[in-house]
Amino acid sequence: MTGAGVLVLEQSLNGLQFGLMLFLLAAGLTLVFGIMDMINLAHGSLYMVGAYLVATAAVASDSFWLGLAAGIAGTAVLGMLLEVAVLRRLYQRDHLSQVLGTFAILLMANEGVRMLWGSQPVALNPPAGLAGPVELLPGFLYPAYRLLIIGVGLAVAALLYVLVTRTRIGMRVRAGASNREMARAMGVDVRRLFTAVFGFGAALCALAGGLLGPLLAVQVGMGESILILAFVVIVIGGIGSIRGAFFGALLVGVVDTAGRALIPLAFDHWLGPEAAAGAGPALASILIYLLMAAVLFWKPRGLFPAHG
Amino acid sequence: MQTVAASPSRPPMLATLAAFAALACAAPLAQAADAVKVGLLSTLSGPGAGLGVDIRDGFQLAVKQGGGKLGGLPAEVVVADDQQSPDVARQTADRLIKRDKVDFMTGIVFSNVMLAVGAPTFQSKTFYVSANAGPSQYAGEQCNPYFFSASYQNDNLHEAVGKTVADKGFKRVALLAPNYPAGKDALAGFKRFYKGEIALESYTPLNQLDYGAEIAKMRAAKPDAVYIFLPGGLGINFIKQFVGSGLSKDMTLFGPGFSADEDVIRAVGAPMLGMFNSSLWAHDLDNAANKRFVADFQKEYGRLPTLYAAQGYDAARLIDGAVRDVKGRLDDKAAVRKALEAARFESVRGPFRFNTNHFPIQDYYLRVVTQDAQGRVTNRTLGTVFRNHADAYVGACKMPAA
Repeated sequence: MTGAGVLVLEQSLNGLQFGLMLFLLAAGLTLVFGIMDMINLAHGSLYMVGAYLVATAAVASDSFWLGLAAGIAGTAVLGMLLEVAVLRRLYQRDHLSQVLGTFAILLMANEGVRMLWGSQPVALNPPAGLAGPVELLPGFLYPAYRLLIIGVGLAVAALLYVLVTRTRIGMRVRAGASNREMARAMGVDVRRLFTAVFGFGAALCALAGGLLGPLLAVQVGMGESILILAFVVIVIGGIGSIRGAFFGALLVGVVDTAGRALIPLAFDHWLGPEAAAGAGPALASILIYLLMAAVLFWKPRGLFPAHG
Repeated sequence: MQTVAASPSRPPMLATLAAFAALACAAPLAQAADAVKVGLLSTLSGPGAGLGVDIRDGFQLAVKQGGGKLGGLPAEVVVADDQQSPDVARQTADRLIKRDKVDFMTGIVFSNVMLAVGAPTFQSKTFYVSANAGPSQYAGEQCNPYFFSASYQNDNLHEAVGKTVADKGFKRVALLAPNYPAGKDALAGFKRFYKGEIALESYTPLNQLDYGAEIAKMRAAKPDAVYIFLPGGLGINFIKQFVGSGLSKDMTLFGPGFSADEDVIRAVGAPMLGMFNSSLWAHDLDNAANKRFVADFQKEYGRLPTLYAAQGYDAARLIDGAVRDVKGRLDDKAAVRKALEAARFESVRGPFRFNTNHFPIQDYYLRVVTQDAQGRVTNRTLGTVFRNHADAYVGACKMPAA
């Protein structure tokens, strides 16, 4: 296989892996935003807390998988408690109050985590069997752990698809997303539905945090940078739409990783290495925002708008 | 996310401080101080925290060994966190200098933070003894009588690896560094001694933790060696991902000591075996000062020291020697400067002296990550790459006379 072929293949897989993890975050965010009309900046904090819980439980139980399960369960409970105790009171307020309220939660979550776990990053290692590479094609090795992330991400996406399109609770969620008032009038217990959706979104956050923990670092503030990307994803995909979140996340993941590999190469070719070193990474990092601007220009409601 | 509120009472406070400063300057004769105060401003949170913690622990170990004294005077070490942010560092340094009135400043890990703190520190005639950051600016044209590097000049460790890679006969090298001043200095230093082909040169954002894209580029470019300058958590992530991708079988990984020290080894473990790296110090260097340092550090903190800890320790010992030399007369700035320049202390790294730009002339070693006799994964010193090595910028420094 040629060098360029390997590069494109590996970058596509990396983009898929990154996109699927963004999807886990964006799915919860878009449901909360679409159904409850609630801007939740604390979503990234659930991702951070989830990663910390997974790391702590993994060390305590000496098993990555047990840690992951315990962390997801703990974060889901925490998410539901948060909804019942605080966020429920913000639904009727305007978006500015919601932004301020959830931003306060974000700050408190960061400082709380700093108090409990300290300010140094916590180490989380992948399960020993998945630490090495696997040979996908003759001469092409790919990290086993990234393959696992891709597999889990695809499985969760399929599960969500079935849940939303084929089950009764999914029907209620869709009804809530397309017309909240009508759904309430038709007898859907919106309060319980909101709490359940919020807990489910929190569980997805913890899953993403736990899976990305061994690749990235479990540290204070890890939620903010990825939260911005998750918002970009739901704006591109269309607010409230799971399908939009899925394709938006894959698009952002692939464009971001492809841009980081290909733009510096292209600049290197046209302008020489000095200019490429400066301009290449800068352009690569704004690429997804250019994408978002383009989508907003031509399709202001996103690629898959949920509200008719 | 951190915000620091501006103090509403700033103008009157500044005026008071200025008045105090004027009074202090008016003191006629230098008298022996009754204590020595050190401001240890370092990165104690975020991905770079491990580095700052080791500098702090190394420094405090030296103070503890001296019975809580530096140069015969009771020592007070004021520890503060710069959060790896130049803005926070500058404000905190202001507080240490003006309110706490420290005699020496030390501890900064990152060069961009150092450059923000340097100017106000030198202006207040406070001596800065660097336990890590050694930016090229302060070694060359902006060299300053109040700045002393007890560590190295940023390029040095990279120069040592560049020479090693060239000596070992590697022909195609891929380079990777963060996109900030020290990252560019690093690769410039490497290329000063390695003249072969550069298969790939990548700069990544300083907060990037996923190196999937860079690893894919390396796989496509097929270099025979890879050189990374990724301090702290960045290096931990890269090495894990590099080994996970299977590239470590085809390419030899090189780094400066920062990318392969005990902090990184603790986090990565066995996959690091065989990584070559350069350092001005190693825990197995055979000299009396080092043996005592390594043994006491392990006893005190239960882990092996890193080069950051060694630099923090040496910074304290350098201050200790200087304070003793001037017999505690810390107000006599010219005398303190001369005493620091003389550097009368036994460094844990062996021979140590200052060049005219207040940067060290010292040896640089090649280390490799191996398993020692007790089965621990750790560094072993292979040999000396440079003897009495000076930095490349000293010619541009016109150090003002005392």
